[in-house]
Amino acid sequence: MSRKTRRIGALLAPGAALALWLILGALLLRSTLTPEQDGALSGALGAAAGPLIGVGLVWWLVGSALGAWAVGRVQKLWAAPAARLADSLRVMAENPAAPAPAPEGAPELQALSAAVSDLAERRKALQDGLEERVSAASAAVAHERDQLAALMAELQQSVVVCNLEGRILLYNGRARALTKKLSRAPGGAGGAELMGLGRSIHGVVDAARLAHARESVERRHARGEAAASARFVAATPEGRLLQIGMAPVRSGGAGAMTGFVLMFDDVTEDHAAQAQRDRHLQGLIEASRSSFASMQAALDMLDYPDLEAGEREQFQQVVRDEVGAMSARLETTAAEAARDARIRWPLQDMLGADLLSAAARRIEAEHGAPAAAIETPPEDLWLSVDSFGLIEALVFLAGRLAQPPQAPALSLRLTPAGGRAHLDLVWPGGAAPPAENLSGWLGEPMNAEGGPSVRDLAERHGGEIWLERDRKRDLAFFRFLLPLASGGGETADSEALSSRPEYYDFNLFAASEASRHLDDRPLMDLTYTVFDTETTGLNPSGGDEILQIGAARIVNGRILRGELFEHLVDPQRDIPEAGIPIHGVTPEMVRGQPTIGEVLPVFHAFAADTALVGHNVAFDMRFLALKEESTGIRFDQPVLDTLLLSSLLHPEATSHSLDSIAGRLGVKISGRHTAAGDALATAEVFLKLLPLLRQKGIETLGQARTASQDSYYARLKY
Amino acid sequence: MTAKVLIADDEPNIVVSLEFMMKRAGYQVLIARDGPSALEAIRRERPRLVLLDGTMPGMTGFDVCAAARADPELGGMKIVMLTAKGRDADIARGVGAGADAYVTKPFSTRDLVKMVQEMLA
Repeated sequence: MSRKTRRIGALLAPGAALALWLILGALLLRSTLTPEQDGALSGALGAAAGPLIGVGLVWWLVGSALGAWAVGRVQKLWAAPAARLADSLRVMAENPAAPAPAPEGAPELQALSAAVSDLAERRKALQDGLEERVSAASAAVAHERDQLAALMAELQQSVVVCNLEGRILLYNGRARALTKKLSRAPGGAGGAELMGLGRSIHGVVDAARLAHARESVERRHARGEAAASARFVAATPEGRLLQIGMAPVRSGGAGAMTGFVLMFDDVTEDHAAQAQRDRHLQGLIEASRSSFASMQAALDMLDYPDLEAGEREQFQQVVRDEVGAMSARLETTAAEAARDARIRWPLQDMLGADLLSAAARRIEAEHGAPAAAIETPPEDLWLSVDSFGLIEALVFLAGRLAQPPQAPALSLRLTPAGGRAHLDLVWPGGAAPPAENLSGWLGEPMNAEGGPSVRDLAERHGGEIWLERDRKRDLAFFRFLLPLASGGGETADSEALSSRPEYYDFNLFAASEASRHLDDRPLMDLTYTVFDTETTGLNPSGGDEILQIGAARIVNGRILRGELFEHLVDPQRDIPEAGIPIHGVTPEMVRGQPTIGEVLPVFHAFAADTALVGHNVAFDMRFLALKEESTGIRFDQPVLDTLLLSSLLHPEATSHSLDSIAGRLGVKISGRHTAAGDALATAEVFLKLLPLLRQKGIETLGQARTASQDSYYARLKY
Repeated sequence: MTAKVLIADDEPNIVVSLEFMMKRAGYQVLIARDGPSALEAIRRERPRLVLLDGTMPGMTGFDVCAAARADPELGGMKIVMLTAKGRDADIARGVGAGADAYVTKPFSTRDLVKMVQEMLA
């Protein structure tokens, strides 16, 4: 029925009702009459039928009009405003920002509207206050997190925070750099399989040792030691020695232990150096005892009064020989001790730019010769230096160069050079003093009381110093070869700075080992390894091989971009030309790379305790399964396929390629067709699929697997 | 008949004095410069006493001592370990290998001669 028809119906209804009412009234009156009275009335009415019908019709029309007007008024003042008010209230219930209803209709309804608006305003004020408090609290937490991150990043030690199960909640860049050293992964790209959020620390430190340390901490805490902690040394399976400090994390500061902080020092080199020193010392003691014995015996023989001249000469020669041998040994030992001292010289991390500006200021203050950095060093170039000694050396050399008659304009520059840095003191080549002078300065003591030379100082840094000339630019310079700050040459620290927040996940505190029945676990709570492989071709059973494996982990619904796994693999066969534009892996790139037998165990460790996710993952799993026999590595964790999940959610879609799904879900992807790029794209898509699955009632891993199996695409076989 | 004494040491500068001194004390002196030739000399010459250096090339004095002690035909032979290794653990090792005495270098030659004479008396 149209709105117009309904409106006409509403207007005519009172007239029709009135007519019915009058007819029924007339019939009722008539039923009370006797037949005689009825006959008389009919006769009388019949006689006046014409005027009676006319008056009755007018009466009915007036009554109808009055009724229609009354209904219209009720509609306008009560029914319609009440319906609109109800609509407004429904919208407001869903959306607090919706406008309050405008007052209209009868005064009672207008009062109701005003009361509703008032209530809505109060609710909004309450909500705003709440949001403000939540956002202030979040900002405070984020600030504390950032402060903690900055503190952790600056620490010289490797620090890891774990929950009681040993799951990693937090770690710093140095901890990552340490595990890089510990990793068995070929090519030095490993470590992510050992150090990652949600991973078990037991991959680095033996569980029994940690349990023992925890017991000892708890025992001491029970005895009343407020700051009970434990220190122990553990050997890793790779044969490195770690000195580990454990401090408990207690709820409320002094309550039950909820986790622990581990501080690691790799003392392998220290220990090896100490053992070496012990061996040297022992060797020196034994050799000296032998020499003393020979001398003692020879001297005893010289006491015999009846020695012949030849015999006497022979014993005197023994004494001379042994004294000479002992002197030589002492010289060697002294040289070794000096070298050792240089190795152990305390070097500190310093930002290259800071070192240059400090040196320039000192040179200017000492010699009045302004020296400015002519090349701004890279912002993140950190050196490991004895800054005081190094600046002394620069001031010394600048002083020599500034002696009359030459006083060349000096400048400083710092450039990275492989895993080291070049620090140059530069002057115009034409103003250079004779070369023999320059080289002589390097060996001279830097101050009047003696002390180290510039060359000694360079050696302290395990580096070098030399004189170089740049004839093309007519420059001469002293060049120091200096070490970069430890970890600074590696990517770990820059990762730590750029992706600091990824090192956090305190939500893991709530996770419990006992609750890890994967099939019943909500999809959102699981840890995933999303991976992809690049291969020589599409036929795993026909001899195609894996060229590259890339993987990213998802922990608590977050992709850990700082913990990517990416390894090239030597396929030990040719790479068909046709595939190179697709995967971008050339024969040169895989030359000298580890084989699949070396990479697969590391990937297996990386994916431990997680569900595997991939796009069209049956293909990749087939490659992995074919390697099971030769490597003994079996991937038996649950597997989810974004292709199957997408086909489940959008059965009507014509394409379920990764790009199509990403387009549908509004995921922007870049870096496709490298294994890690594809893994990241798949991870993004997977995270977008999870809420859609939940809407379909698929909430647990078990449900997702069953639904996937039923999907049409599950019947594809490789 | 004069008693045979074997001096087994790879340090010629100590051997020259020990040889002189033992000859002066009236013993017949044999010399070996390394472990295997010391053991061979012991088996061939059956010396009454061996002055055995702990650290020799080829075979350590401790091993020579243990091998000699394992041979029942060499019973009664005295062994004096002369070594530069002076730690408790080294002494225990020498005694464990069956040495009759353990002398740490440097030592007094007069005391050593006295000790040898007493052992062979």
